[in-house]
Amino acid sequence: MCIKLKAFLTRYMIVLVLIGLMIFSGIVTPAFLKPRNILNIFWQTSYVGIIAIGITFVMIAGGIDLSVGSMLALLGAFAITTSNRIGDSAGATVLSILLTYGLGALLGLGMGLLTTKGKIPAFITTLGGMAIYRSLVLNFANGGVYMSFSRTFSSFGMKFIAGLPLPMIVFIAYAVLAYIVLDKTKFGRYVYAVGANETAAVYSAIKVDVVRTITYVISGVSVATSAILLSSMMASVSSSSTGSGFELDAIAAAVIGGTSLSGGKGTIFGTFFGALILGVVNNMLVMLNVAVYLQGMVKGLIIIAAVLLQSLRR
Amino acid sequence: MRKLLLVLMVAVALVSFAAKYRIGVAIPAADHGWTGGMVWWAQYAIKQYQNDPDVEFYLVTAREPSEQIAQVQALLARGIDALVINPYESAPLTPICVQAFRQGVYTVIVDRGITSEEYNVYIAGDNYMYGYLAGKYIAEKLKGKGNIVVIRGIPSTIDDERVKAFKDAIAPYPDLKIIAEQPGYWSREKAFEVMQTLLTKFPQIDAVWTGDDDMLHGVLIALRQAGRDKNIILVGGACEKNIVKMIMDGHPLIEVDFTYPPNMIATAINLAVMALKGESLNGFYQKGIPRKIILSTETVTRQNAKDYYFPDSVF
Repeated sequence: MCIKLKAFLTRYMIVLVLIGLMIFSGIVTPAFLKPRNILNIFWQTSYVGIIAIGITFVMIAGGIDLSVGSMLALLGAFAITTSNRIGDSAGATVLSILLTYGLGALLGLGMGLLTTKGKIPAFITTLGGMAIYRSLVLNFANGGVYMSFSRTFSSFGMKFIAGLPLPMIVFIAYAVLAYIVLDKTKFGRYVYAVGANETAAVYSAIKVDVVRTITYVISGVSVATSAILLSSMMASVSSSSTGSGFELDAIAAAVIGGTSLSGGKGTIFGTFFGALILGVVNNMLVMLNVAVYLQGMVKGLIIIAAVLLQSLRR
Repeated sequence: MRKLLLVLMVAVALVSFAAKYRIGVAIPAADHGWTGGMVWWAQYAIKQYQNDPDVEFYLVTAREPSEQIAQVQALLARGIDALVINPYESAPLTPICVQAFRQGVYTVIVDRGITSEEYNVYIAGDNYMYGYLAGKYIAEKLKGKGNIVVIRGIPSTIDDERVKAFKDAIAPYPDLKIIAEQPGYWSREKAFEVMQTLLTKFPQIDAVWTGDDDMLHGVLIALRQAGRDKNIILVGGACEKNIVKMIMDGHPLIEVDFTYPPNMIATAINLAVMALKGESLNGFYQKGIPRKIILSTETVTRQNAKDYYFPDSVF
C-alpha cells in the first residue's frame, strides 16, 4: 500500500501541485474558479505549452532549444506575410499554413544538423538562431508590426469548437499525439536512449545524429503550430516583442514537469501540467492583483517550489 | 606601395573634407512598438540629410546598457562632432555621456535622462501630462463615477511617473475606483491575456487605460472576444498609427489619444545639426539651442487626427 501510494505520488505530484495552486487561488478570489477563467488559462497556456512539448523531445535527447521564441515571431510573420500575399481564400490560407510548417521543419532541421553534424553545442546553435531569427523579423518589419489583412487567416485563431477555444483543443490533441510518439513508438525509446547515454545508444546501433536531428524538427513544427495559432488570434505579430521570453517559459514548463536539463528524463504528461502550472501562476498574479514589482518574485518562488516538491518525492 | 599610400591619403582627405560634421546617433534597439518607431524616425531624419555634404551620420542600436556604452566609446574613438543619444538606462550611461561632453562633443540627450547636468541639450516627452491627461479624460467621460482598469507597461521610472500622474488626475473623484493595476509589458499578447483575465474577474468595467497603444490593441481583441466591446471607455497613448487611424475613422470606443512622439529622436537630430551649423531656433531671441526641452503632450481627437497619422511609419 505504502509503495503504491509512493508510486502514485511520484507520478501525479505535479497534478497535486496544480490542484493545490488552484484551490488556493479559488479561496482568495472565487472568480478564479469560474469555468470561463479555467478555459482562459488553458487557452493562454496553449501557445507556450505546444512549444514546451516540442522542447521536451529536444531536452530528453540531451539538447536544448533557445531559438523557439524568436522562431515563433519569424514563423508568425511568415504566415501573415504569405497569407497576405497569396490571398484571402480558404485554399490560400491552407497553403500559407503548410508553407509555415515547411519553414518551421526546415529551420529545425538546420539547427539539428548544425548541432549533430557540425558538432556545435546546441546551446550555441540555438542561441545563434535566436539572434538571427529575431534580427530577420525586425529587419523585414523595420521594427514595426506585421498585420494580417486576410480575413480567413485571422478567423480561426479565436474560434470555439464545442464551447472550447481552438488553441486549447490543439494543445490537448498535440499533447496526446506527442505522448504516443514518445511513449509508444520505437523512435520515442531511441530519444530516451540517446539522451540518457549516448555511447550506449551508439553501441545499440541507434542512429544518434538522426534521432537528435528529428527532435529539432519536432521542435520547429511545434513552434510553427504555436505561431500560426497566435498570429491568427492577434491578427498581427510584433517584430520586437512577440515570443520574447517564450524559450524560458517553455524550458521552465518542461523542467517543472520533471524533464532533466541533462537529458534522458522527462514526460509529455509532466510538461503538459508544467505548462498549466505556469499558466495558472500568470493568471493568479492578475486575479489576485499582485503588486507590479513583486510579480517576478512570486512567480519565481512558485516555480522553484513546484520543482522542489517534485524532487523531494524521490 | 607609395602610390597606394598616396591614393589612400587623398581619399581620406577627400572624405574628411566632404563630411564636415559627423554625428553619432545611439538609441536602444526596438524591443516594442514605440522603440521600433524611434528607430524608424532616426532613419527618417538621417535620410533627410542624405544630399547634404556637410553632415554624416553613424546610427547604432543597443540591446542593453553595456552594449550601448561600447558603441558610444567606438563612436568617440572614431571622432564625432555631436552625439545624439537615448540612454538605455540613466545611471550606467551617465559617465560616457559626460566624457563625450567634456571632449567637446555636442551632446544631445533624448527622453531618458542622465544623472548629470553635463550635456548640451536634453529633449524628452512629458510623462506626467501623458498620464494626467488620460486620467482627466476618463474621469470627465465617466462623470466621476466608475470602475477603471489600468494596464501599465514595463515597471520602470517612466511608467511609474505616468501611473502616478493618472492617479493624481482621478484623485478629486472619490467614486472613481481603480479596480486593477497590472503590467502588460507594452506587449499586445500580454495585454490581451491580462484583459481576458480581468474580464472574467470583474462583471463591470467602465474604462481601461493602457500605458500605450500597442497594449490597447490587445485589450480591444479581448473585449471583442468576450462580447463586451460596448459601453466602455478606452484610452491608450503615444499615437500608434492604427489607433490614430481608428480615431480618424470615428471608432465608437476610442475617441482620443495622447502624444509621446517617437519622432523626438528626429527632432533631436535636427537640433544637433542646427547647433553644429550655428543656427538658432526660429522665434527665439537666444542664439543657441535651448538646453532643456520638454515636448508637450498633445491631445489627438477626430478633428486633428490626420495631422498625427503617419501611414509610412512603423509605429
